[in-house]
Amino acid sequence: MSTGLATPSRGAVAAQQVRSFLDRRALLMPTFAAFVIFVLLLIGAQVHFGNFMTPLNLSALLLDNAYLVILAVGMTLVIVTGGIDLSVGSVMAFTGILCARLLADGHSAALVVPLIILGGAVIGLLIGVLVQYFDVQPFIASLAGLFLARGLAFVVSLSSIRVENESVLWLQTTRYRFGEWYITPTGIMALLVAAIGAFVMAYTRFGRTIYAVGGNEQSARLMGLKVARTKVLVYIFSGMCAGLAGLVLTAYSGAGYPRNGIGTELDVIAAVVIGGTLLTGGAGYVVGSVIGVFVYGTIKTVISFMGAEQSWTRIIIGLMLLVFIGVQRIIVVRAERRR
Amino acid sequence: MRRIVQHRLFWPVFSLVALIVVNTVARPRFIKITVRDGELYGALIDILRNSAPLMLVALGMTLVIATRGIDLSVGAVMAVSGAVALTIIDDSSSPGSTTTVLAAIAAGVGVALLLGAWNGFLVAVLNIQPIIATLVLMLAGRGVALLITDGFITTVNSHPLNYVASGYLLFVPFAFVIAVAAVTVIALFERRTALGMLTEAVGINPEASRLAGVRSRGIILGAYVVSGTLAGVAGIIYSSNIRAADANAAGELIELYAILAVVLGGTSLMGGKFTIAGTVVGVLIIQTLKSTILFLGVSSAESPVFFAAVVIIVVLIQSPRVHGLARGLTGRGRSSEVPARTDAEVPA
Repeated sequence: MSTGLATPSRGAVAAQQVRSFLDRRALLMPTFAAFVIFVLLLIGAQVHFGNFMTPLNLSALLLDNAYLVILAVGMTLVIVTGGIDLSVGSVMAFTGILCARLLADGHSAALVVPLIILGGAVIGLLIGVLVQYFDVQPFIASLAGLFLARGLAFVVSLSSIRVENESVLWLQTTRYRFGEWYITPTGIMALLVAAIGAFVMAYTRFGRTIYAVGGNEQSARLMGLKVARTKVLVYIFSGMCAGLAGLVLTAYSGAGYPRNGIGTELDVIAAVVIGGTLLTGGAGYVVGSVIGVFVYGTIKTVISFMGAEQSWTRIIIGLMLLVFIGVQRIIVVRAERRR
Repeated sequence: MRRIVQHRLFWPVFSLVALIVVNTVARPRFIKITVRDGELYGALIDILRNSAPLMLVALGMTLVIATRGIDLSVGAVMAVSGAVALTIIDDSSSPGSTTTVLAAIAAGVGVALLLGAWNGFLVAVLNIQPIIATLVLMLAGRGVALLITDGFITTVNSHPLNYVASGYLLFVPFAFVIAVAAVTVIALFERRTALGMLTEAVGINPEASRLAGVRSRGIILGAYVVSGTLAGVAGIIYSSNIRAADANAAGELIELYAILAVVLGGTSLMGGKFTIAGTVVGVLIIQTLKSTILFLGVSSAESPVFFAAVVIIVVLIQSPRVHGLARGLTGRGRSSEVPARTDAEVPA
């Protein structure tokens, strides 16, 4: 008899557990949805083309989008605090062309690489200080950063500069092979940055403060968290990511070009949103953003496989963004109603 | 004197006048306006003519920002409207006829209006954050424009179309006439009816104004429709000026310059109080600055550095913290303005 009673209640408990898990993890759903879409995209492309999910093609996905992954990690931290960083595309162009120029002038890569990452960090610091200490909206402050970095890129050079430095080209040309799979040092850098970002967000005090600031800045301040320091630091981190992305992109294209990365900030924001980060701040995962970038990259590859106009990429990304903000909206509304 | 200095248009107008004075000192020709064949010529006239697209876009942006929104899609809308209009003219049998051109312009601006309504729908009805709602169209719009033009730059040689950007009406450039007409119409609607006040109410506190019976949804939707339509007109002027539909270059970065113009004019990005006169001055400052930078011999590619400096200076001037510092320096303790939101104060 006791078992007769226990069995349905155990089922109910299990259902209850599933429901409360979903409730607590409601914010994981968009990220999960992005993952499902990524997998469906891959399967769909495989069925349609027959030769899509090859190790070569999937390896190229990471290689081609390494710089986007790096930018998306930095952007995720900024967006989770409730801010936005429009400057990343321009900063990437600036550090990329600066890198190419300094290398062409004969400086060693060991000097140039830290220097350009520092350059990105300085622009990030500028944005962070404007946002935090002068109460400028992140949109406008990072807009200043965008203009500044784009202009500086053209000051460095008006035309593209080829890179002949071997250690920079090594980042791109080296292929560590595992059977038919391969990974380049740039790919490893991207994954490393993502891993660092994910670790920082999940397991460090700094990361928890980022979520707290994005959730409710006022409460975070009253709790005695270091809000000011955190907000400035996320912009510095994003700037450093952009600096590193400049190096990766320069290695990838074999040249620095001051018109690189126009509109890249929008692609990055789209990828981050598709990956499940709420633009209102307070929720989001670095892993989600990486998936978001892969969704973006897959769509791009599919379109080039189809031989269609690349302008379709942005149309589809735009539509996808729309669907995802719709989904997020529903989740947020439901979570509020439950409260 | 104090009252003049404290007027909210004082600093924008002061900056504009200062820019013009500096230019005139550096090159006396700058201020000179000549009349030739009933048409005005001169550096100042060029500034007025070239400012037309930005003026239209910034005007719409002012209304959108007043409702606490932002419209990132204006550049893409410009590209689409130009692409639609020029493709129609290009495909027609009589590209030189005024009827064709008028129909094509109506089609282009009509599409822009629909795109604005789409943005408004996302923001006002679906309650999506404006920055994201308009980002959708900003990403997709240029792609659509590229599809319309088949990825090419559609060039058109049509006299009535060229008139839009380079023609003259009663001594003044026609493009400037369009901009002035738009400013006048919008200003009359906003300031001679209750619409402006209601728009500000929505921007200051959407929830309170809704409870007070303001139909905020319609007002927000309307702001985006106006912004889209004006961007459409700006797209036509831009295409007419280069005599081509260039889906990539049309309205590139114009959303940022328009936002900058609005902020320069003294409208806060937080929504609420807005000033159309301020936006007009803001646009003229930007255009004069562009002309100055060109005159200084800086390549136009490098000009963003100057704009970065301007943005930083302007936001610092507007920053409550700097106001506090300045008051501390001048020793004037009393202040009629409330300096800052308390929650924005930074802990030590």
